[in-house]
Amino acid sequence: MRRTKRLKLQVFRAVVFVVFGAFFLVPILAMFEFSTRGRGISAPRTLAAWQSIITYPDLVGAIIASLELAAITAAGMLLLLLPTMIWTRLRLPRLTRAIEFICLLPLTIPAIVLIVGLFPMYGWLANNFSDSILTLAFSYVILVLPYAYRSLDAGLSAIDVKTLSEAARSLGAGWPTVILRVIVPNISTALLNAMLLSVALVLGEYTFANLLAYLNLQVAVAQLGRANAGVSIAVAVASLLFAFVLLMVISIAGRRRQASLTVAGTDPQYLTAGQRT
Amino acid sequence: MTAGRPIEGGRRLPLHWVGVLPFMVYVGLFLILPTVIVGIGAFLDKNGNVTLSNFGMLSQPYVVRSFVQSVFLSVVSALVGAFAGAVFAYAVVTGNPDGFLRRIVTSASGVLAQFGGVTLAFAFIATIALDGFVTVWLRDRGINIYPGQIWLFDLPGLVLVYTYFQIPLMVLVFLPALDGIRPQWREATESLGGGSWHYWRYVAGPLLAPAFLGATLLLFANSFSAYATANALINQGSPLVTLLIGGLLQSEVGLSDPGQAKVLALGMIVIVSIVMTSYALLQRRTSRWLQ
Repeated sequence: MRRTKRLKLQVFRAVVFVVFGAFFLVPILAMFEFSTRGRGISAPRTLAAWQSIITYPDLVGAIIASLELAAITAAGMLLLLLPTMIWTRLRLPRLTRAIEFICLLPLTIPAIVLIVGLFPMYGWLANNFSDSILTLAFSYVILVLPYAYRSLDAGLSAIDVKTLSEAARSLGAGWPTVILRVIVPNISTALLNAMLLSVALVLGEYTFANLLAYLNLQVAVAQLGRANAGVSIAVAVASLLFAFVLLMVISIAGRRRQASLTVAGTDPQYLTAGQRT
Repeated sequence: MTAGRPIEGGRRLPLHWVGVLPFMVYVGLFLILPTVIVGIGAFLDKNGNVTLSNFGMLSQPYVVRSFVQSVFLSVVSALVGAFAGAVFAYAVVTGNPDGFLRRIVTSASGVLAQFGGVTLAFAFIATIALDGFVTVWLRDRGINIYPGQIWLFDLPGLVLVYTYFQIPLMVLVFLPALDGIRPQWREATESLGGGSWHYWRYVAGPLLAPAFLGATLLLFANSFSAYATANALINQGSPLVTLLIGGLLQSEVGLSDPGQAKVLALGMIVIVSIVMTSYALLQRRTSRWLQ
């Protein structure tokens, strides 16, 4: 009885994994296949599309702009969010819920609605200050807030910010020292998570850039798609692989961190769970 | 240092608030202000006078149709994504919680839930457009997936393409709920003489229902707000609200009368707020059970 049930479950799982695996892998493999097609019906496979990526100056410029935007956004997000979150934990715990609510808002407000409101603001910005594509970073920081908040919050919850900072303060450390040399090293995984998620999000962003008429990676890929599908699909595959590698890095780094914590017997989640039951 | 304490104590309150000021100013400028601009702009005409005339747009047949189609697409893709994602999540959760399979599924879901826009549209064009990989493969075996018109670049195509990011989102949201289900409950059901059906109908089902419903609402909002994928896939017309707004932002008509886009955006805010408020309420109910 028990055994047939076990077997049934295993068969069910195998079927589910094969079906879903196919649904998710086939389109990505199809992109590979498409980007290596030769011209003509029986032409051999070729990497010409991949090689010709660098021959499109617009595309190269857009890739560089997107990478710059990713770096600026990740840095700006940390600069804005980390001190605020540490400060509210130490001195304004009443505001924690408000900050969380604000940070999660961009998940609720559709990007297209935000852009309707940002449209006149960017027009003003372009007329009075700068129309550089890098100004997009201002709104990208907002877009990454929910993801950054969640990973930073997880990191800060896992350490005792108050005790650490009071200990450091009583030894004569100033606030910059407390943040940079005491707290940051203790939440390095969370920082890495937040930054990598931001980078992945910025590299995939299309809506804002397209509607504000800036040429970032995704907009360039879309435009190129009308002229040369092979090359644009090759770039799309490359950017997808890059994002996947980033996320794998997070997952592996997170696991290592967790393992070391459990070994040391100080995993706070583990402790609280033990207390509750 | 200790001597300075009493003086510091006197101005402690104002100093505290200064700490969150940069964040508040930034968020006020780039998140709250745009939303306010939409909210107020919907009530202003071209010359900046207060008016309700913008709302007349909401009764235009093509606007009504775009809202209906957006809601329809979101409902269908949310239901398909929720059921398929729940089945997938269940298959994952019955395996080893620290296993390789689970880790790869969670990481992949993280990527794929965010995977939209141009890349996703291209992936499906490469797969099932006229000379796509799967289309050609099936055609060689005598199966034509386009007996009538080419449905990929229309609403049915969008449903299919949207499930590609809806299912991973469902897996991400629903896995924690499934994790909260204890194997002991199943054993308790069995020791009381209940079978599989009883377990799902009277134990696991009611416990998971709020989480499932909440996740479905989240999926609805997710697909309702989506712009990039639809824009990359659909070249003709604006069958969805988001495409209509995007079109207004890029056209002469829309730029000369910015109130139009703002009214549509306000309509979206109303629908999404209703959905997300229900989601938050369900979420609270879920967390009461599944700690």
